[in-house]
Amino acid sequence: MSTDDTDTGIGKIDEQALVAKANRQDFRFAILGFVVLVVAMVTLLALVLDFMIDGVPRIDADFLLNYPSRRPERAGILSAWVGTTLVMLTTAALAVPIGVAAGIYLEEYAPKNWLTDIIEINVTNLAGVPSIIYGLLALGLFVQTLRLGQTVLVAGMTLALLILPIIIVATREALRSIPLEIREAAYGLGADKWQVVSMYLLPAARPGILTGAIVGMSRAIGETAPIITIGALTFIAFLPPPPVQSTFPFINFEWLNSPFTVMPIQMFNWISRPQAGFHVAAAATGVILLAMTLLMNGLAIYIRYRIRRGMK
Amino acid sequence: MATVELAQASATRTSYGRLVASDRFLKRRAITARIVSFFLFLAAALSVFITAAIVYILVYDSVLFFKEVSIVDFLTDTEWTPVFEKPKFGIITLVSGTLMTTFIGLLVAVPAGTILSIYLSEYAGHTTREIVKPILELLAGVPTVAFGYFALFFLTPIFQIFIPNLSGFNLLVPGIVIGVMILPYIVSVAEDAMRAVPDSLREGAFALGFTRFQTAARVVIPGAFSGVTAAYLLGMSRAVGETMVVAIAAGQQATIAINPLEGAATITAYIVQISLGDVPHNSLAYLTIFVAGLTLFLMTLVFNLIAFWLRKKYREVY
Amino acid sequence: MNIAERSVIMDSMTQAPITDFEIDGPVRARVENLSFFYGEKQALINVSFPIHDRKVTALIGPSGCGKSTLLRAINRMHDLYPGNRYQGQVILFPEEINIVGPEVDPMLIRLKIGMVFQKPNPFPKSIYDNVAAGLWVRGIRKKSLVDDRVTQALKQAALWDEVKDRLRTSAYGLSGGQQQRLCIARALAPAPEMLLLDEPTSALDPIATARIEELIMELAPTVTIVIVTHNMQQAARISNYTAFMHLGQMVEFDQTAAIFTSPKERRTQDYITGRFG
Repeated sequence: MSTDDTDTGIGKIDEQALVAKANRQDFRFAILGFVVLVVAMVTLLALVLDFMIDGVPRIDADFLLNYPSRRPERAGILSAWVGTTLVMLTTAALAVPIGVAAGIYLEEYAPKNWLTDIIEINVTNLAGVPSIIYGLLALGLFVQTLRLGQTVLVAGMTLALLILPIIIVATREALRSIPLEIREAAYGLGADKWQVVSMYLLPAARPGILTGAIVGMSRAIGETAPIITIGALTFIAFLPPPPVQSTFPFINFEWLNSPFTVMPIQMFNWISRPQAGFHVAAAATGVILLAMTLLMNGLAIYIRYRIRRGMK
Repeated sequence: MATVELAQASATRTSYGRLVASDRFLKRRAITARIVSFFLFLAAALSVFITAAIVYILVYDSVLFFKEVSIVDFLTDTEWTPVFEKPKFGIITLVSGTLMTTFIGLLVAVPAGTILSIYLSEYAGHTTREIVKPILELLAGVPTVAFGYFALFFLTPIFQIFIPNLSGFNLLVPGIVIGVMILPYIVSVAEDAMRAVPDSLREGAFALGFTRFQTAARVVIPGAFSGVTAAYLLGMSRAVGETMVVAIAAGQQATIAINPLEGAATITAYIVQISLGDVPHNSLAYLTIFVAGLTLFLMTLVFNLIAFWLRKKYREVY
Repeated sequence: MNIAERSVIMDSMTQAPITDFEIDGPVRARVENLSFFYGEKQALINVSFPIHDRKVTALIGPSGCGKSTLLRAINRMHDLYPGNRYQGQVILFPEEINIVGPEVDPMLIRLKIGMVFQKPNPFPKSIYDNVAAGLWVRGIRKKSLVDDRVTQALKQAALWDEVKDRLRTSAYGLSGGQQQRLCIARALAPAPEMLLLDEPTSALDPIATARIEELIMELAPTVTIVIVTHNMQQAARISNYTAFMHLGQMVEFDQTAAIFTSPKERRTQDYITGRFG
């Protein structure tokens, strides 16, 4: 049915045709969006499946307990996963305290002046710096200028710098989401800022900070480029010295000063070899790496979901 | 004036001794507060120090480099052969590799990301969003080495079936994979920007008879324009800095990248190549990784700053 | 009982106040020509009135009149947010310090003067931890002392019987009215010199409101109380002195009975009879 064309000058409008065309357009776009979505999910699925098919059969006790070898059948990731564990420990021990502290400062203490602006811009910018640049920084500063060598400690420091912005942002977001009333109640009791932060804000922000830490660590586990740039040797057939010992004082920190390798590096190294056997070993390493990162990210998502539910 | 008298202290106060905060406590609290805020400030200021250190190291080594190599040659030479007898240092070579993979990546990620963001922001229901966003997060969490393996051993052979003269190391497949990798970032920032557009604008459009698509195209995207652009820039920055996928699947050939079916080195892959090798630490060739790094840093810095400024702008509008 | 107060007479066009009190009974604090600015906007204009020791003083007025602003000035809550400015004085006795003076540390004031907020805001901790919070913040940690004070405060807040068997459970398990009484106990535990109540019952149902009004009247002989309320009848029920505010000014201050039966100002009369607000 057309509208009555009284003197609007618009002429006859076929409303039904317009609506039909518009609905078709809408429908087509919805399909398009859905298709893109499916493609993205299929890609992720294909990647995971590819690794599992290629790599799972290769994983056995020997694989986990052998050192890398010149013979593909004998290659194992012992030094790699031990190295990953030690480096991750170092990274967490450095990044979390410093990141949380910086986040607290920026959110609760920093006055609104130019210095604070500079710090904030820096944090945002560092979040977008490619990871390989952190490797160059570590190379120039830690390895060459400070002569610390290519050790677990240096790797830990580099990765800690890399994930620092993630933790800072997570801490700030967590603090920001604490309701005003809690702060007013705490200040109203006569508490000073540090008392309010340490006794009330930090405990409330803990889940959010935890999420940030998990996401940061998940990123750090998979990072290869900065470690390569430091000059990590890729054929490490030994383990760093153990942290516990039978004589006093029972723990030592020599492992911090030891050369090392990590799983992504081992994987990269095997990919670069021509023999197919090494490629399979790389896939197996990839399975383990994927499992770890997917698990950690999944955990972070779950915690975030619980936080959101708790708030309601 | 009137006199002021105070009655004796009430029972609640005297029977329990001193309940006021003792002076000693207050002093101790004040000192703790000072010490704490000092260390917190140090932690925050560390970020400035890191940036300064990065800039210093890159610039210092680049200056050493440019003592030996003219900057004109650096910018105009068309070959990059630092380890040869008569080395050439044309950065354009590496930059072209980086730009080609970035371009292909954006070709994949910008349309897909925009469509996906619109879909999530304007069409999808709550449950869909709650499922899709975690999946994108998981995608973003996959280690880059894994994407490299995927590109080289899974995707390239498949692509070679359809494109017979695709060489084993090429720029096409890594480019596409980079596109998939930056997709979650683009979607996250763009969707944020679109959701920030107030519903009142949408309602105005619907009331006029707009369809969802028309509303998205004519109202939401223009309204979220700066945020969406910021998303693209961030994706571009990430693509430029991507290392492992190209190091694994794009080859090491330092030529000017015109043909995506052939492999070529990117800035990042080059740095990896030298780091893995035996180049002596004082040589000119060694310094090249810092110059390459500086180029990379400047590129991403520009993208990041523009994106930061754009995001600030759109946050202020709403 | 002689009405010894003369209220502040103010021409809304000028800002020159005349304050002349003959004070009836001991005074815990005196507000003198207090003005307050949110940035450029002036929210309190030359307010002056006494706060009598261990009596209930109510601040009433239509919304936006500045009564909450005034209350929050007394414990320097405004200092938590940037861009705020005080003028004038609030003298606290017997210390004779100016609460709003820039030389005075706000935290010191909040250690002496407690506040209960409009919406109950217990910490996400146990009941015991909530009440003990004010003591821990003051460095009082001796268990026997803290236990005693917690019990005492909960009894004063008329909450003890209801929670004595579940002190370690979460405060969020309490009803709205109970949470507000918990907040009152929390404020009372450190035995403050003064208690400020910012519309403490406006978020509660009538029964909870009645309980808290009872509680306030029981507390009054032991603590100086200043209460902001938008409910005139509440002010009439529980306060000894009432101050009527309008547009940031103190229009009239008097003993409650006088304000409600024979107000001196036209505006007070209009508000009380419901002509506006």
